[in-house]
Amino acid sequence: MTNIPKDLLYTKEHEWIRVEGDVGVVGITDYAQHALTDIVFVELPAQGKKIDQSKGLTVVESVKSVSDVYAPVAGEVVEANSSLKANPELVNHDPYGKGWIAKLKISSKDQLKTLMGPEQYEKYLQEQKH
Amino acid sequence: MVQRTPLYNEHVKLGGHVIDFAGWELPVYYTNIIDEHNTVRQSVGLFDICHMGEFFVEGKDAFTLLQKCLTRNLDGMKMNTIKYSTMLNEGGTIIDDLLFYKFNEQKYFVVVNAANIEKDFNWLKKNAAGLDVQLSNISAQTMKLDLQGPKAQATVAKISDIDFNSIKFYRFVEGKVAGCDCIVSRTGYTGEDGFEIYSNENNAPKIWNALLEAGKEFGIKPCGLGARDTLRLECAMMLYGNDIDDQHTPLEAELDKMVALEKTFIGKEPLEKQKAEGVKRKLIAFEMTDSAIARHGYEFYSGNRKIGIITSGSYCPTLKKPLGLGYIETEFSTIGSEIEVMIRGALHKAKVVEKPFYKRQR
Repeated sequence: MTNIPKDLLYTKEHEWIRVEGDVGVVGITDYAQHALTDIVFVELPAQGKKIDQSKGLTVVESVKSVSDVYAPVAGEVVEANSSLKANPELVNHDPYGKGWIAKLKISSKDQLKTLMGPEQYEKYLQEQKH
Repeated sequence: MVQRTPLYNEHVKLGGHVIDFAGWELPVYYTNIIDEHNTVRQSVGLFDICHMGEFFVEGKDAFTLLQKCLTRNLDGMKMNTIKYSTMLNEGGTIIDDLLFYKFNEQKYFVVVNAANIEKDFNWLKKNAAGLDVQLSNISAQTMKLDLQGPKAQATVAKISDIDFNSIKFYRFVEGKVAGCDCIVSRTGYTGEDGFEIYSNENNAPKIWNALLEAGKEFGIKPCGLGARDTLRLECAMMLYGNDIDDQHTPLEAELDKMVALEKTFIGKEPLEKQKAEGVKRKLIAFEMTDSAIARHGYEFYSGNRKIGIITSGSYCPTLKKPLGLGYIETEFSTIGSEIEVMIRGALHKAKVVEKPFYKRQR
């Protein structure tokens, strides 16, 4: 069963964001990590990198493939999860916890309204299967 | 049209993640690539390789045809032995790489890549004109299973009365596995001990399931094409269509040992010319020194000059680092040579290393 925590917002590209004040913690969803299988490399976005909504934030690589991770909202990278450098598999084991990828200082909180809530994301996943 | 092997239903039952591979619906993995890769290195794994092609070459001139078409020398080859070879066109570039099995002077069994079956068969047929030789393409009715890993022999021995100790590396016998008539060779594409098993396609589900049952006590796993690729890459074994093709010669691919220049064969003259003039690019093995994964199609650089292209690249589970193969200008091809790879617009450091990356302890 795909894990979809209730306190997060989601994108159609299977990223999640947890809003903590002005900052959004970003990662990929349980569905995404499962589809990618064995993640062996996460490129860490540079601190200070400014990025628009839905643009490429970074990439994650499985043994077989390279996949983009898009910014759920516009912002500036304030921190990347440096523990992924040595342990990229944390994204598989704990996608919503220790496998977070980056923290963004959110430019405009209005953009959060364009994202999906947990129920909506669950429905979206079901539609994807058909 | 997408084709299915006789084991398609088994893959679906086992939860295989099936993809289209060169026109075949085959599993890329069942659990995940790393898990399956490690199972082959440590115990035993089973691969469906039914898509590959098999020919019989028979008759008085079987030897003559193959001696003309293949780069290896068939002279003095013993019965029940196998050789790896390339087959070249007149220009000296590679039509395919293959294994050929010698039954006797008048009967050989040839195993070719799935994507090249028609091309290879037509090429042999064309060159057989005027010779006393019968060619049969039995690919469609032949199954091939690869049982690979240190527990491969212990697994198959449970369901066969073949004396496996008598089959040395690159040798084969005919015998029964799971009650079915098979050709069994001690060969493979993983760098581990193991067997390649051929039989009639109707026997495929029976042999497949019997092997999975026999290997249970060793933790056998069905393995997909993903693990097959990382396993062969760690051993720097070439993949036709990636590392070798009809744009490259075996000398460029550093397959010199597979080319018997002391005999006559199709494509020999351009090779001799290339050798005399100096081979301008070589297929090298490299490892990344920077933390980044180089992939098929990425390019080698020295400063801001492009010096070659990567043909295979992946994270390799046993060695736990990103490795690859690629063609590079000869002056950069020496072991230890420091080079760079362009990855997403930035240059990352790499160095040329010895082949293979991985060699099993015997």
